[in-house]
Amino acid sequence: MRDISTGQCKTQEAACITQNTAVFSAGQRNFLHGRKLHRRIVCFSRAAILICFLFLWEFTARAGIIDSFIFSSPSQVTRCFLEMVTDKSIFLHLWSTLYETIASFLLTTLISILAAVLLWCSRKLSEILDPYLVVLNSLPKSALAPLLIVWLGANQTTIIVAGMSVAIFGSILNLYTSFTGVDQEKIKLIYTLRGNKWHALTKVVLPSSIPAIISNMKVNIGLCLVGVVIGEFLAARSGLGYLIIYSSQVFKMDWLLMSIILLCIMAMLLYSLINLLEKWCRRRY
Amino acid sequence: MEPILELKNINYAYHSLEGETKALTDISFSVSSGEFVAIVGPSGCGKSTLLSIISGLIDAEDGQVKLNVKALRESSTNIGYMLQHDHLFEWRTVYRNVLLGLEIRHMLSERSREYAHELLELYGLKQFENAKPSELSGGMRQRAALIRTLVLDPDILLLDEPFSALDYQTRLSVCDDIGQILRNAHKTAVLVTHDLSEAVSMADRVVVLTPRPASIAKIIPITFELEADTPMNRRNAPEFKHYFNIIWKELNTNA
Repeated sequence: MRDISTGQCKTQEAACITQNTAVFSAGQRNFLHGRKLHRRIVCFSRAAILICFLFLWEFTARAGIIDSFIFSSPSQVTRCFLEMVTDKSIFLHLWSTLYETIASFLLTTLISILAAVLLWCSRKLSEILDPYLVVLNSLPKSALAPLLIVWLGANQTTIIVAGMSVAIFGSILNLYTSFTGVDQEKIKLIYTLRGNKWHALTKVVLPSSIPAIISNMKVNIGLCLVGVVIGEFLAARSGLGYLIIYSSQVFKMDWLLMSIILLCIMAMLLYSLINLLEKWCRRRY
Repeated sequence: MEPILELKNINYAYHSLEGETKALTDISFSVSSGEFVAIVGPSGCGKSTLLSIISGLIDAEDGQVKLNVKALRESSTNIGYMLQHDHLFEWRTVYRNVLLGLEIRHMLSERSREYAHELLELYGLKQFENAKPSELSGGMRQRAALIRTLVLDPDILLLDEPFSALDYQTRLSVCDDIGQILRNAHKTAVLVTHDLSEAVSMADRVVVLTPRPASIAKIIPITFELEADTPMNRRNAPEFKHYFNIIWKELNTNA
């Protein structure tokens, strides 16, 4: 989120700087210059850290300081990736993980919103279910994965459910909290206008919870990916999680590190997708 | 003429695990059509509770509320309610905020939309129709909230300290503004406030309540000999001080 928002600032600032350099006083110019410098230092440092890291890794592996059989090296990882792109096997794995993550994310979001609405509608129900939700939320969900395999079989459904299980309980609790945190006076307003509970939900509670729902989605997408990878460790024949477990067993560290890097990139892309959604919502509401 | 609103022996108590708190005892008064009644009393005496009972948001434990001679639940009399804060929704434009009540009551039509536009124009918010509420000043926001209520064409209007969230200067002008709007539209209104000068400047009658559990201490009719009977003119009239002192004394003898 921070990245995107600073991104916005950057474009704004850039526009300011290019447009108005001539108009501004010396003090203002100094200030803008300082900001520009600051931005450059941040961007440069970010890139420098990555490049230094890759360079050190490659250099130490080639010089024999670290064992490239265990630690691999950027060039080996890249070569391995390109090979898998040429024989197209990587796409299968990428697609499996992506599909499972998105499916479990969408299901989690939908079900947790519905559940939170139900809990909001009935105070009794929410009080009755509260201890169960708390227990399920604090339970380490990786403990459930073997159980799911026995119940549902070693297939994609299991993996999707594993992904959901990690995120869903916390998500329900969070959304419920934000639903009940809505200004009671705003709900009173609906009743003074002769509205009912349905109106309170659709006109006040849901619209005012949109920011909470989106920040909840941001957490969920990461957690679903965690759950999916755990599921793939145990019950998959494709996917990046499967690739990680398989390569560690046959000691192909190139594959393992490549899979981890791909997971990083996937997590980043999914996260920025939700950021785009957030920006779109901001513009609309 | 039959009164539009009649309260008979209203009693109400709040219940909690710690026990019972009596809020209202034996409240009876009536309001006739077109009249502006203000209710004043020490803070926390149950003024707002009384409005909630009149509007049907909560039920009185004992006693009767009658609207146009019918019991509250059976009555088709249209009640408008204005809260302390404007509660305009930031995710809607001003115009769509005004339509909120119409949407809820399924009264959206070509005509009612037209009426909403008319009211917005009449009260100087025409150019802010598509603005977000945050772009409006405190006074304009309160006016938008009033339009949201008026567009439903209420027979009786309940005002629950509608100006207390505003700063003093805005408060005076919004009070004057809304007082004139209501008077020109001949609306029946019940205003709850803890601000005595507000009560005297707006009302035809002032109901003074005692501290909790509230009962009626006195009902004081207010008449001004003014050509233009506006809240602001009343504040400058010689009678103003007189009424203010009567109410002040009444509140203090009961405290």
